[in-house]
Amino acid sequence: MTKETKFTLTRRTLLAGAAAGASVLAMPNVLRAQDRTIKVGVYGGYFKDSFDKHVFPEFTNATGIAVESVAEPTGEAWLVQLEQAARAGAAPADLSMMSQVAMLKGQSTDLWAPIDLSKIAKADDLLPQFINKYPDGRVAGVGAVAWYITLVTNTDVYPEAPTSWGAFWDPANKERLGLLALVSNSFLLEVTAKTYFGGTGILDTEEGILKVMDKLAEVKPNVQLWYRDEAQFEQALKSGEIPMGQYYHDVTGLAAADGFPVRSTFPKEGGISDSGCWALSRASDKADEAQIFIDFMTQPEIQSLMSRKVGTAPTMKRSVLDLTDEEFAAVSSDIDPIIPRYDLYTTKADWLNQKWTELIVN
Amino acid sequence: MRRMPPERAADYYPIAYPALMLGLFFVVPFAIMLAISFFQRVQGGFYEPAFTFANYGRFLSVFFGEVLVFSLVLAALVSAVCLLLGVPFTYFLTKLSRKAQVFWLVALLGVLSLSEVIIGFAWSTLLSRTAGLSNLLVAIGFMDRPDAWTPGFGAVLTGLVYQAFPYTVLVLYPSFSRLDPSLMEASRTLGASPLKAFFTVVLPVLRKTLIATFIIVFIFALGAYLLPQILGRPQHWTLSVLITDQAVYQSNMPFAAAMAVFLVVASLSLVLVVAALNRKGAGQ
Repeated sequence: MTKETKFTLTRRTLLAGAAAGASVLAMPNVLRAQDRTIKVGVYGGYFKDSFDKHVFPEFTNATGIAVESVAEPTGEAWLVQLEQAARAGAAPADLSMMSQVAMLKGQSTDLWAPIDLSKIAKADDLLPQFINKYPDGRVAGVGAVAWYITLVTNTDVYPEAPTSWGAFWDPANKERLGLLALVSNSFLLEVTAKTYFGGTGILDTEEGILKVMDKLAEVKPNVQLWYRDEAQFEQALKSGEIPMGQYYHDVTGLAAADGFPVRSTFPKEGGISDSGCWALSRASDKADEAQIFIDFMTQPEIQSLMSRKVGTAPTMKRSVLDLTDEEFAAVSSDIDPIIPRYDLYTTKADWLNQKWTELIVN
Repeated sequence: MRRMPPERAADYYPIAYPALMLGLFFVVPFAIMLAISFFQRVQGGFYEPAFTFANYGRFLSVFFGEVLVFSLVLAALVSAVCLLLGVPFTYFLTKLSRKAQVFWLVALLGVLSLSEVIIGFAWSTLLSRTAGLSNLLVAIGFMDRPDAWTPGFGAVLTGLVYQAFPYTVLVLYPSFSRLDPSLMEASRTLGASPLKAFFTVVLPVLRKTLIATFIIVFIFALGAYLLPQILGRPQHWTLSVLITDQAVYQSNMPFAAAMAVFLVVASLSLVLVVAALNRKGAGQ
C-alpha cells in the first residue's frame, strides 16, 4: 500500500514536472515564430551598453528583428569560446564584433561563414581596409567600427599633455605607466618600431623584432601595471594611481566627458589604429538575419550615429558621412596612424608570445 | 557498531555513486586534458589530434622551470602563513562560547562567498597609494608620504592568505573543537606552562590535521591565477597565470594542457613526499 502511494505521487510529480517543462520550452518557440531574432556579440561594459541603448533599438524598429546582445570578453578569449562551441555545432552568438587578430585566427579554422557583399547596399562606400577577406577572396568580416589606442594621461598629474610615445621611455616616469599585457593586443612592438626605428618594416625579420624588444625592455622600470583587465587600468588612471599609459581613445573620451581628470592624446607618431568586423559563426543558422543586420549597420547614418554615441571611428568613406569636422576629430586624427602588423600575430604567434612573456616577466 | 571490511561485490554499492561522480567530473576531464596535451598545435589557428611531445618539450626550459619553482614556493609560503595565523586563531576560537564560535564561523563563511575578483580589487584599493592604508599611516605620522604597496609580492601574498584563511580555519576547527581538554589539564598538572603544553602536547596530537591543512591550502594557492595578475607584477605571475594566457588568449590548448599536467604532477609528487614523511615520522 505504502509503495503504491509513493509510486502515484512520484508519477504525478513527474507528469506535472513534464507538463511545466514542456510549456516552458514551448513558450519561446511561439514567440520566435512571430519575431525573428539574432544574437549579436559586442564587447561587454560601456561598449555594449551604448549599443543596447542607441544602436540595436534602431535596427529592431527598422527591420522587426529583435537583437539579443551578448557581452563578449575582449582579447581573443571570445574567439576560443566561439571556436570550441562551433566544433560542437553551437553558436553562443550568431554575429560577433571581432578585432583583426581574432579575425585572422578564426580564418585559419574556417570559423567565419562567408558574407555576401552584394546583399549590402552601401558596400562600395566601405573603406577597403575594413573588409576582411579569406586568401581565396571570400569575405570573412565586414568593418563595424574602428578605434584607436592612444597615449592617455591623468590631467592632475600631467598638466601638459605629452606629445610623443617617447614619454614611456622618460626616466622621470618611473613606475607610472599602465600598459596592455599581451603582445597581440598592446601593439607596443609597432609603437617602438615607429618611434625609434622609422617604421614597422624592421619587424619583418626575427633579428629586427628582437632589436625592437631590447628597446622596449627599457620601459620596464617605468611600468607599474601590465594589465589584461581594462577596468583595472581605467580605475587607476582616473584616480591618478597610475597616471600614464596606453588606452582606448573612445572610452577615455567618455570618462573625460563624465568629468574625470583624464585625457587621450594622439602622439606625433600616430595613435594605434585597430578595428572590429562583424563576423558570422559557421555554426549559426541565422545567415539571412545576419546579412540584414550588416546591411543596416553599413549605412552612413548609422555609422555617424555610432561615432556620436559610442565614440568609435567610422569604417565608411568620410565623404558619404554627415559628421562635422569637429565630430570627426573627436573620434579620429589626421596624424598618420600606426597600423598593427597583423600578419605577425598569426605567422609568428608562438615565437612572439614566448619572447614577449620572457621580456616582461624576467 | 563495528566496521566490517567489504567481502562481497554488493558491499561496494554505497561507494558506487561517489565513484561514478568522481569518474565523470574528475577522471574523464583529466583524461581529455591529458590527451589534448599530446595534440598538435596549429599556429594562428587551433589544434588537431596527433601524438607529439612538442608541448612538453617547450615547457622544459629554464624560464618555465623558474616560474614553476616560484609558484610552488609561493603556494608553500601561503600555506605556512595560513597555518601560523590559523592555528592560534582556531585554538582560541574553540575556547570561546558557542554563540561567539558560530558568529566567527559565519563571518569566515561570508569571506568564502566573495569572488576572487572582488577580493583582488578590494586589496588593490586598500594597498594603493591614492586611497590605501598607507594614507592612514601618514595621518598618524608613521610615514612621510603615502606609498603604493601594490603591485608587489607582499600584495599577492596578502591577497592569497586572505582568501585561503577561511579554508584553513574550517579544516582545523573540527579537530581543535574535539580535542580532549584533559590532555592539556594533565600536562599542566605535570608542571608544563600553557605555552609548553600547547607546543609539546596539543600540536603533536593534531599533527595529521596540520599536515592535511597545509596540503589543502597549498593546492588551493597553486591554482590561483587571478590574484597574482591583479596584485602582482609580471615576475609574480604563477604558472596558472601563464596557463590561462595560453588557453584563453593564445588559443594554444595543447601547450596549456601540457603545462597543467606538469603542475598536477609536481603538486601530486610533493603531496606524496609529505605524506610519506608523515608516515615515517609517525612510525618512530
